[in-house]
Amino acid sequence: MELITPDFGLIFWQILVFGILFFLLAKFAWKPIIQSLHEREESIDQAIKLSEETKKEMAELKAGNEQLLVSARAERDALIKQAKEAADAMISQAKLDAQTAANQEIEKARVAFEQEKVAAVASIRKEAASLSLDLAEKVLKSQLKDKAAQEKLVSEWIADVTLK
Amino acid sequence: MSGKSIFKKVYFSNIILGLFISLFSFSAWANEPVAAEAAEHAPKQEEKFDAGKMILHHIADEHEWHFFTIGHFHATVPLPCIVYTQSAGLQIFSSSNFKNEHHEEVPYQGLKLEHGKIHAENGEQVYDISITKNVASLLISAVLLLSIFIGIGKTYKENPHRAPKGVQSLFEPIIIFVRDEIAKNNIGEKHYRRFMPYLLTVFFFIWFNNMLGLIPGGANVTGNIAVTAVLAIIAFFVTNLNGKATYWTHVFAMPGVPKWMLLIMTPVEIVGVFMKPFSLMVRLFANMTAGHIILLSLVSLIFIFENSALGIAVVPFSLFMNVIELIVAFIQAFIFTMLVSTYIGAAIEEHHH
Repeated sequence: MELITPDFGLIFWQILVFGILFFLLAKFAWKPIIQSLHEREESIDQAIKLSEETKKEMAELKAGNEQLLVSARAERDALIKQAKEAADAMISQAKLDAQTAANQEIEKARVAFEQEKVAAVASIRKEAASLSLDLAEKVLKSQLKDKAAQEKLVSEWIADVTLK
Repeated sequence: MSGKSIFKKVYFSNIILGLFISLFSFSAWANEPVAAEAAEHAPKQEEKFDAGKMILHHIADEHEWHFFTIGHFHATVPLPCIVYTQSAGLQIFSSSNFKNEHHEEVPYQGLKLEHGKIHAENGEQVYDISITKNVASLLISAVLLLSIFIGIGKTYKENPHRAPKGVQSLFEPIIIFVRDEIAKNNIGEKHYRRFMPYLLTVFFFIWFNNMLGLIPGGANVTGNIAVTAVLAIIAFFVTNLNGKATYWTHVFAMPGVPKWMLLIMTPVEIVGVFMKPFSLMVRLFANMTAGHIILLSLVSLIFIFENSALGIAVVPFSLFMNVIELIVAFIQAFIFTMLVSTYIGAAIEEHHH
């Protein structure tokens, strides 16, 4: 029975000690402990969140970079293609131009050659005419050595003149 | 480096504690020759060993701190008696005044010590607020708790974002355990912070006193009904003063129950309001006292059978029981705090339908 009869003195001391203990611990121990545990957890949470966000951003940035790279590559390819086409066009144009220029030159040369040929033929003809005149003169001279022949000829010419 | 200095500090505080204890023993030693001399003259009569008496003596409170007795040598620390009586007023004196040199109980200034209680010889009411063994142990635990946790609190205040170190890292998981597993789970995210100081104080108070009680020669503080009664009364007030409308309607007019049933339900609920703290009181008291009784009974077996060979069986088994008691010390602190927080959780719960 003594065991389960609360003792006045012990009740008194227990209330006093527990009260003081609660007051002092709450003020000087539990408050800073709980506060800083809370703060620490909060800061860890924030740090984790921040790192996750940064990771995400990095991934996005990386993806963006890749996209940029792809488009840049495509652009470069397009540019090269364009340049090639332009170059091809220029080359073919130049070829065409050269062809026409050459054709013109050939034509010109042909025309000049034709003129030269005509001229040459004309001069040959002239030469041939003078040669044949000289020959005819020589032939005539040899035929008109005698007087009779000369007279006959003169008479023939006069006949011709009168006839006209 | 710092670890080394902490070790040194602990080491030195142990030495100081040792010196302290041995000082007390020496003061007891000093009285010994007188007692021995007296014993020679007194007729020798070996008392028969009474296990029940020994056990009850050990688990009960006393006005001096008795460690052990070898023959006629009593290793006791006298404690201050603080007594108030109507006629003599407040009296403060050493408990050693109740013993004469033959270690017999004698009256002192009209007061006498009978069965661990101080009575006035003239029969008037005595208000005894002596520093008994349990009060002394209570004060030791309070000093221990304050020095440990205020020290930790300072460390937390100084660098709140650092990882815990030393003693701090020993108690931080337990504090977090009380917060997350006990307070948050039972009281809820919204209100738990308000009750944290109370719950932590209750938890560590019970745990520390349970552990101190397990030290050989320690006092059975948490196995004393007065201590657990005060803890239960505090729990009662904390629970009911925080009771919301929902809680009280559940007590006095349980919703969703036929009106005539309330005739039975309401008295039951009202009894329940008082039964909850009552069960807290009995549970802690009975568990701790039972543990002490088991340990003491096991050791008593050797003396009952007067056979030291029994120690071969008893010692390992009491070691086993001691380890169990270490676990019980923690579990009882946990259960008390857990149940209080469920009561608080039920009291502050808002009606949401």
